[in-house]
This record gives sequence, C-alpha cells and structure tokens, in this order.
Amino acid sequence: MFFSTLIDGLSLGAIYALIALGYTMVYGIAKMLNFAHGDIIMVGALTVYYSLSVENTVLSIILAVLLPVVICTVLGIVVEKTAYKPLRGASPLAVLITAIGISYLLQGIAQLKFVFGVTPETVTNFKIPGSIFGINWSTIVTLVVAAILMIALTVFVKKSKIGRAMVAVSEDRAAAQLMGINVNAIISLTFAIGSALAAAASIFYLMQIPQVSSTLGSMPGIKAFTAAVIGGIGSIPGAMLGGILLGIIEKIALSIPALAPYTVAIEFSLLILILLVKPSGLLGKKRNEKV
Amino acid sequence: MKEYLLNIKNAFKLKHYINYIVLLAVFALFTALYYAGALNRSTPSLFNQILYSVILAVSLNLVVGFLGELSLGHAGFMCIGAYLGTFISNMLIGAGMNTVLALAISMVAGAAVAAAFGLLVGLPALRLRGDYLAIVTLAFGEIIRNICRNLPFFGGAQGLGSVIYSENLTNKKSLPMFIPTFICLMLMLVVIQNLIRSKHGRAITAIRDNEIAAKAMGVNVTYYKLLVFVLSAAFAGFAGVIYGAGVSPVEYSTFDYNYSIEILVMVVLGGMGSINGSIISAALITVINFYLKAYLTGDMAAIKTLIYALILIVMVVYKNAPALKSFREKYTFKKLIDKIVNRKKAVDYVTDDTARWDVVPTKIEMNEVLSTDLVVTESVVSPDKEVK
Amino acid sequence: MSDFALKTTDLGISFGGLKAVQNVNLEIKEKEIYGLIGPNGAGKTTVFNMLTGVYLPTTGTFYLNGKELKGFSQERINHEGIARTFQNIRLFNNMTVIRNVMVGLHNSPEFKCNPFVSMFRLPGHFDAEKRMRQRAKEILDIFGLLEERNQLACNLPYGKQRKLEIARALATNPKLLLLDEPAAGMNPQETAELMDTIRFVRDKFDVTILLIEHDMSLVSGICDRLTVLNFGEVLAEGEVSDVLNNPEVVKAYLGD
Repeated sequence: MFFSTLIDGLSLGAIYALIALGYTMVYGIAKMLNFAHGDIIMVGALTVYYSLSVENTVLSIILAVLLPVVICTVLGIVVEKTAYKPLRGASPLAVLITAIGISYLLQGIAQLKFVFGVTPETVTNFKIPGSIFGINWSTIVTLVVAAILMIALTVFVKKSKIGRAMVAVSEDRAAAQLMGINVNAIISLTFAIGSALAAAASIFYLMQIPQVSSTLGSMPGIKAFTAAVIGGIGSIPGAMLGGILLGIIEKIALSIPALAPYTVAIEFSLLILILLVKPSGLLGKKRNEKV
Repeated sequence: MKEYLLNIKNAFKLKHYINYIVLLAVFALFTALYYAGALNRSTPSLFNQILYSVILAVSLNLVVGFLGELSLGHAGFMCIGAYLGTFISNMLIGAGMNTVLALAISMVAGAAVAAAFGLLVGLPALRLRGDYLAIVTLAFGEIIRNICRNLPFFGGAQGLGSVIYSENLTNKKSLPMFIPTFICLMLMLVVIQNLIRSKHGRAITAIRDNEIAAKAMGVNVTYYKLLVFVLSAAFAGFAGVIYGAGVSPVEYSTFDYNYSIEILVMVVLGGMGSINGSIISAALITVINFYLKAYLTGDMAAIKTLIYALILIVMVVYKNAPALKSFREKYTFKKLIDKIVNRKKAVDYVTDDTARWDVVPTKIEMNEVLSTDLVVTESVVSPDKEVK
Repeated sequence: MSDFALKTTDLGISFGGLKAVQNVNLEIKEKEIYGLIGPNGAGKTTVFNMLTGVYLPTTGTFYLNGKELKGFSQERINHEGIARTFQNIRLFNNMTVIRNVMVGLHNSPEFKCNPFVSMFRLPGHFDAEKRMRQRAKEILDIFGLLEERNQLACNLPYGKQRKLEIARALATNPKLLLLDEPAAGMNPQETAELMDTIRFVRDKFDVTILLIEHDMSLVSGICDRLTVLNFGEVLAEGEVSDVLNNPEVVKAYLGD
C-alpha cells in the first residue's frame, strides 16, 4: 500500500520536476519568474486532447506525443520574442506583470468558443493499459521518460558547448556577451527547452488526471513553481529534488483520510518551513549582499 | 492646544488633502443620487466593489510600493476577513443584534485576526527577500484558503451564506453597503497616508531604497516590516468583511492567487508608491472588469480575459520597454498638459513621498546562478561562529 | 579603558576557515582622526562591518567609550553611537536629499513620536516633524547641500552624494564616525575641500573619526594616527610620518 503510494508520488513528482525545470532554467538564465509557464502545460494538454480526436488510432497517438512538444516549443519561443524580449533590461516587476498578462492571454484564447471553450472535457483512453507488479505502465513510462529527459538535460547543460554557454549567461550576462555568446539565442533556447519539457509534462499529467480545461495549468504550474523554490530556484538538480519531494508528499497526504483535504496547506507549509530553515532552498546557492 | 492648532495650520497643504476632498465629493454625489432613487440596481454594488478594491490596492501598495517587498498573498487576508466577518455577523444577528452593530463588530474582529496573520506572514519577511518572499506570501494565501474551505463551521465547499446580504436583499430600507465601506476607506486613507507622510514613512521608504543603509542609520527594520505587514493585512481584512457582507455565499475559490495578482496589477499600473495612483487604477480596473463581466457572458467571457490580458501587456510593455524610452519621454501625459496650459517645465523637484513607479525597486533578486552541481558549494559564506 | 573612544581587542573574523582579519587592536582617542589603510583586500571594510554589527567577529571584541558592543544588532550599535558611510555609496535614491538626512535623525530621542500619533496627527507629530526638518536643514547647510534639499538623492553629482552620506551619518548623532573611502573618485580640489569638511565635522560635532582611505595626501593631511592592514593583519601603527616611512609598509604597497 505504502509502496504504491510512494510510486504514485514519484511519478507525480517527476511531472512536477519537469515543469519546475522550466521555471528554474528561465529564472537562472533570463532572470525572470515566468508565470505563464503553467499555461504552456495547458496548451500542451489541449493539443493532446485534439490529437486524440483524430480517427486513426496510431496516427492520433503519434500526434498526441509529438504535436504538443512542437507546438509548446514554438509557443515558448514566440512568447519570449514578442513579450519578454522588448522588456530586457526593464524592471523585474514589469516582466513579472507581463508574464501574468501572457498567462491570462493564453487562458483567454483557450476559452474562445472556436478554440476550446470554458467547459472542462474528459480525455478518454489516454493511458497505457495494463500493469506490472501492481504498477501501471503509465506510471513506469512517466518515470522512465522523465528520468531520461532529466539526465539528458543535465548532460546537455554540463557537457555541450551550448549548455556551458547557458551557464555562462546565467552567471553573468554582460560578460557572456563580451565573450561572443549570442545571449538572445541562448535565452530563446532556454524558453524552448523549458516549454518542451512542459509539453512532456502535460502528456504525463493527462495520463494521471484525464481532464482538460482552460485553467488546467494553474495548479500544477504553481505547485511546480513551489517545487523549484523548495529545491532552490536557479538550480537544475534542485528543481528535480523539489519536484519529487513535493509529489511524494502530496500523494502521502492524499492517502491519509484525515489529512487529504489539507494537502495544499501541507505542501505550502512545507515550502515555508524549508525556506525559513534554508532561505535559498535545498540546493540553492546562498548569496550575501556585499556591504 | 493653541500651539497644536497653529502647527496644524502651518503644516496644512491643500494638495496633501485633495484626495480626501475628491473622494468625499464623489461619495456625497453618489449617496444623494442613491437616496433620490436615480441609480439602477447594480450601480450601488459596483460602487461598493470599487471602494473595497481601492482599500485592497492601497493597502497592498503599502507593502509593495513603500516597503518594496513583493506580496502575492493579499487575497488571503481578505479571505480571512470575509469568512470570519460573515461568520461573526451571522452569529450576532442570529442572537438578535442590530445589523449595523453586528457589521461593525465583525469588521473589527475580521481586521484584527487578519492583522494577526499579517504578523505571521511578516515574520518570514524578516528572513527572506525578493522572489522567495513572494512565493511564501503566495503559499500563505493558498494555505489560508485551503484551511477556510475545510473548516466545518465555515460551510465547507458550499461556502458560507451571509445573513447581512440576504437581509439587504429583502429589506429595502437597510443601510447600503457602500456607506460602511466608504468609512473604512477613509479610515485607511487617513492611517496610511499620514503614516507615509511622517518619520515612520520615511523609515519605511528608506528600507525599500536601501535596507543595509537603513539599518546602519539605526532604523529598526524588524519593527517597520512587521508594522507594514500588520497594517496592510488589517485593511485587507476590512475589505474581506465588506466583501463577505455583499455576497452570498462566501466562497473560498474567490480568493485564489489570481485575485492577489489582480490587486498587484492595480498597484503596479497605478504606480508603486503612489496612493492616488492606486486609487485611480483600482477604480478604473474594477469598472472595466465589471462592465466586461456584465456584457460578456457565457462563451463571450473569454473575450473579457483576452481584452484584460492585452491591455495589461500593452501597457506594461509600453511603459517599460527600454526601446520605447525616447518615445515615451516625448509624449508623456504631463507634457501634454504642459502643452495645453503652455507652461515651462518646472525643475524636476519632488516634494511628495511618491516616486516614479518605474524607478522604485521592489527587492526582487534576479541574481541566482544556474547550477548543475549536485554538490552545493556556497559562493559567499557567512562568518564562522565564535571559537571559544 | 574608557580613555579610548574606540578600543578593539584581538578583533578577528574568518570565513569558512579563512582568516579575513585577525588580531586587530585599535586604540583610538576621543576626537582623534584615525586612518585605516592598506592594499586592496586587506580587510579594512571587513573591520568596519564588524564594528557596525554587519558581521559578528569570530574572535575578540570592541568597546565604544568602555562599553562592549559586540553582538549587538546594526540598529543598536548605531543607537550606541557608531555611524558609518559606505564604500559604494548607499543613499536612499528615491528620496529627496533632506529626507535622507531626516532618516538619520529618525532615532534621536528629541524627535520621539510613535506611529499611532503620526497616523492620527495627534499633538506631538507636527512639532517633531517641524523640528526634524529644521535640524536637517542645519546639517545640510553645514555641508552646503541646502540648495539641493528637494532633489532626489540619485540626481546629485558624485561628490555631493559622498557629502550627503556623511551628513546623513552625522544626523544619527554618533560618537564615532566611520568613513569608508570618503575621497574615492574625487579630484584633488574636491579632496582638499573634503579634508576641511572632515576637520570641521570633528570640531563641530565632537566626533571621533576612523577612516579608510587610499588617497595618501588626504591620509597624511588630516590623520593623527594610522594603522596599516595587510592580509588581514596589522602591519604597522602609530604616527602618520613614522608609519608611511616604515619599510614594511612601503613594501606592502609597492611590492618587493
């Protein structure tokens, strides 16, 4: 019983971690809180929903897996180029408010009748059937794919030339520019990677909670944001750790009847407690202001 | 006594009190129209909504604009006020108390409890800064909402029905809600505006501008941060009680972080650190929202979100984009007025405590470093503990 | 012990095992102008940070007029009588010049007035405000900043910003004033003016002054005594001319 709760928590945590990576990378490199990130998940989920309505089963599955990634990646770049890029160098608060505006904009577009509308819809049959050792195949696939993506990302950032350029931009944008790094391209790439991960997360999220709506992204978005902060925002391993921790705690709390209604309160209390003990998150770097 | 009055007279500047006068005039006009029966059914409720939005925006401005800390949990304090206020007033009216008195008591109670929670949120603010504080306030708001939803005497998921609201519906002669709301608004304006225009306000803005220097000048940062959080929460609590008396049932879903963000948007668009700016933008945004909501129902509701989002993005990008700077400076509102009145541009003197919003910093730190190292190396270390 | 305005005993601090400053023993007499010099990274500002409560010293302690202040908060240390300026100017940029100084006056017992009184403009508020404004004007006048009092602090030219920082620190009515590179970025003309100002401040406000400086003309011009720090340790101390001619000091500055 406890074991299956743990596995469920792990797979939910993996989803949170994938989303949290987007928050953390954008924060680390573009130095902004991308409040619209949750709505990228929503767009991904809507894409899955429409892909599944294609008649041909094989084609619909292929579309449901590939199309969200493509659309979200493009969307991430477009949003960055049109809304955030003009504000580079402006006050962080202005960027934050713009991100909130983008979030409303995406929700508004989704709510249009000819796009999706306001009533939530259920996604049927978007699950890999069967189980092994009492664990759903969906869960296993979620875990395996998420692990592969995270390892790939870590290797990419650490080993590749572009990845090192990303780290350089996050350390010191001006210096990176002087060293000949195309900062704008790196920032766009960061948004692209973050959005692609969010698309992957949206696919797995729908396997767990098969319902789509125009505000679907806000809760997982905010939870993943919490996870990123718990792990130490700006830190890639921190986002993974935070996401998995949060997912496990959520599932454990939900499995205890007396605590279940207070799951949200428990998760956010955990965040506050961790920040009070370790103000920069679990793996975040501490930064003292120089006097 | 005579000296005191003389001091008041000497310190009196009309422009410091102009907002009271304008608000009183609007209120008087509105009340007259109301009692003359010249208003349609929805207008008093819109007016009430404007007034409590102003309370929310100005009280949040105290934290964001004057103290410089980003708070995303303002709706949480309102939630406490709404639930607690409604609960208490229901109980008191149930026990046979006069409605107005019950409302007054519930307001005091709601504000007091909200203030206590403000203190609780203020405590992390002493240790955390910038983004981290923002997420903690957001978390706090969500925790409060989650708990209010699950407390059995708050009505659970169905929400808490409001007796005052239903009484107001049936009793035509009852006190319109906008009158107590206006009294609250005036009280808040007196408290916050006077506080800001005093040595305490200077201390608070000093903390915003440079916390380290403020400490070095002997400003008690702990005290003022807590004071600001408590005051701001208390007024949000007031607004909550008022809100609770105007709807039925009070629902937990109202107070999600999107609502906090909506208040923040009012503050930012009105100008951080500008009280009058918050008043105007809160009123405008509430009116726009009200009419968009009234005319765009059902499937058209999406257009409301779209319009709102577009206004927000265009305004913020226009006001902030570095590329548009020269254009902005050429065509400011002030320049336009100067052109009409045909007067020379005065020297850039600032005589008020408000500052231009685009130059007021909130302490959002955006300097963290992306790290892929699984082993944490702390870049800057704190001093070692004393060796005995 | 109380003969000294500031006395430090074995003051030292280490970060992660690295000893940034150690065994600093200063004995500064009342109304003295005392210099703290040394090459970059010698730990001068760190000493200031310890004296103002930003860092808690790892070893040793310090006394102001015989009272031990170690372990007090920054605010409390300021109340006890140590005020400072910063190497990189830290003014309240979005506030006017006069308000910057008035923040310095915030804690004076003369201008006591609790928030409740201010909120409701009860008797006492206007009086305190009026006197604060008056006092701030007096201080600004001394520094020749009266004309600019209604400008935003960030709009002042650099030299005046430095002056304003000193004015603001003096408004807190300190017994000991710590100046962190007051002449940085100034031309010789401005530096000469600054030297007059510092002397004037010492006499007018009866303060003891401890200053960090790289400009040797200023140091030799106004300091009574000096301490030289190098790699966190005291290299030499004493009368200005003796110290500056000390071969060890010359070596530390010029290299071998």
